[in-house]
Amino acid sequence: MRLFLHELRGELRIYTRSRELAFFTFLLPMILFLLLGFAYGDEEVGNLRGSDYLLAGTLGYGVIATAFAGLAIVLVIRREEGILKRLRSTPLPAPTYLTAVLVTTMIAFLVQAVCIVALGMAVFDASFPHRIGSLAIALVLGAISFAALGVGLTGLVRRAEGASAVVNAIYFPMLFISGSFFERNTFPGFLQAVADVLPLTYFIRLVTDIMLRGDEIWDRLGDVAVLAAWGLVGAVVATRRFRWVPHED
Amino acid sequence: MSVVVNDLRKNYGGIEAVRGVSFEIGAGEIFGLLGPNGAGKTTTVEILEGYRSRDAGSVTVLGEDPARAGRSWRERIGVVLQSSAMYQSLSVTESLAFFAGYYKHPRRVDEVVELVGLEEKKDAFVRTLSGGQKRRLDLGLALIGDPELVFLDEPTTGFDPEARRRAWDTIASLGELGKTVLLTTHYLDEAERLCDRVGVLRNGQIVALGRPAELTGALPPTEIRFRRDGQEVVFRTEEPTRVLHELTAEALAAGQELEALEVRRPSLEEVYLSLTQEEHE
Repeated sequence: MRLFLHELRGELRIYTRSRELAFFTFLLPMILFLLLGFAYGDEEVGNLRGSDYLLAGTLGYGVIATAFAGLAIVLVIRREEGILKRLRSTPLPAPTYLTAVLVTTMIAFLVQAVCIVALGMAVFDASFPHRIGSLAIALVLGAISFAALGVGLTGLVRRAEGASAVVNAIYFPMLFISGSFFERNTFPGFLQAVADVLPLTYFIRLVTDIMLRGDEIWDRLGDVAVLAAWGLVGAVVATRRFRWVPHED
Repeated sequence: MSVVVNDLRKNYGGIEAVRGVSFEIGAGEIFGLLGPNGAGKTTTVEILEGYRSRDAGSVTVLGEDPARAGRSWRERIGVVLQSSAMYQSLSVTESLAFFAGYYKHPRRVDEVVELVGLEEKKDAFVRTLSGGQKRRLDLGLALIGDPELVFLDEPTTGFDPEARRRAWDTIASLGELGKTVLLTTHYLDEAERLCDRVGVLRNGQIVALGRPAELTGALPPTEIRFRRDGQEVVFRTEEPTRVLHELTAEALAAGQELEALEVRRPSLEEVYLSLTQEEHE
């Protein structure tokens, strides 16, 4: 436990000093929330006020940017540069390290989620989220599932230089078709069919129903199951494909 | 013995990278694996560090098999890899303190800063360090756990001569601290200067093993060179007196001069080149 807290403190220090992560995974979702909110926040989107719809969508953007994209890129870079290899020569146990990295990601996302909700309340007059307990569970579940997928993805990327490109190519289209910014039914049928299997679709729907429609998490067990199943897929790939040493050899 | 390696073998896709390597390293000894790139140095060392599996042979490092050794074993080793990546946004002392937390009985951070000569850079971020300074931080990170055995994989590759001399002083001081050191290098002068004993690797095999001074005995000890009809003639011999006497007698009888006559012992450099020749052709 002492070792875990030591590692967590170090990871949080490194996280808070990373300007790239601060901008692309932490601030950018909030900036887009503001810009799109000014554009159509007052219109009706999916039977909701546009800014409320965007608030839920931005939480989806946040979870995929911070827990999935940011984590995957950081781990690929650490692996290919040899930092993970260096860590393996120390007595720090692998599970302790990975848990600290995941908890750091989760803390970052939860702080981000609070900022997003506060921003919505301050700028767009959003109401305080319904069912705050269920919402917290949904956010943590989302963070764990997307983090597992992010770690799984590191097993499929070989080069540090390619990490951002691959990760962005996956998550940016997903943001749109899963309905972070616009209603899903504005897209062609085949894209909607793709969105029907994507985890982000279910995360956004779960958050919307809890935060804006007043459902409890146990009313939405179907969404929870899909999200958890994706997390499990990520975890299985992660345990099979995760590696500590760079690919050059 | 800190390290015992017996008939170690490793293949990569049918290519034998390590072909029956055996050596031992005593406690407190500085041992060098010397050889050109591709000779199998890094593969051998990474098997001893526990990074790679082996195909055959036995390996004991600090009494344990590295392939199965756990956390308590990692408390006792320090590793300097060839790459020197570290968290860019931490300072030198923050990096050392971060790693010190992984060990039960670490050395003091300021002690290690001094040992590797980074006093003036102790508060600088890693991203602002020069290549040589990063390499010294590598060494500091390997020493922070106060290990018994330190692995150094090409610790001075890419250094300028001044930086190399400073690194040598630091590595030599590890010997004075009683550490056992296994270093790899393709610099002969480095091995000669630092190592108590050296193993020369070529094509995955040890072709010479011993104290640097002994290795010169691996070749016929004396070389006689002269020019005849514009061509260089070289004799390598165990009996220089007899050979020289015959050559000079012959030349005198024919009324000739042995042009550019030279009699000398080969340097370690030449021994090394002759041992590792195949890679250089």
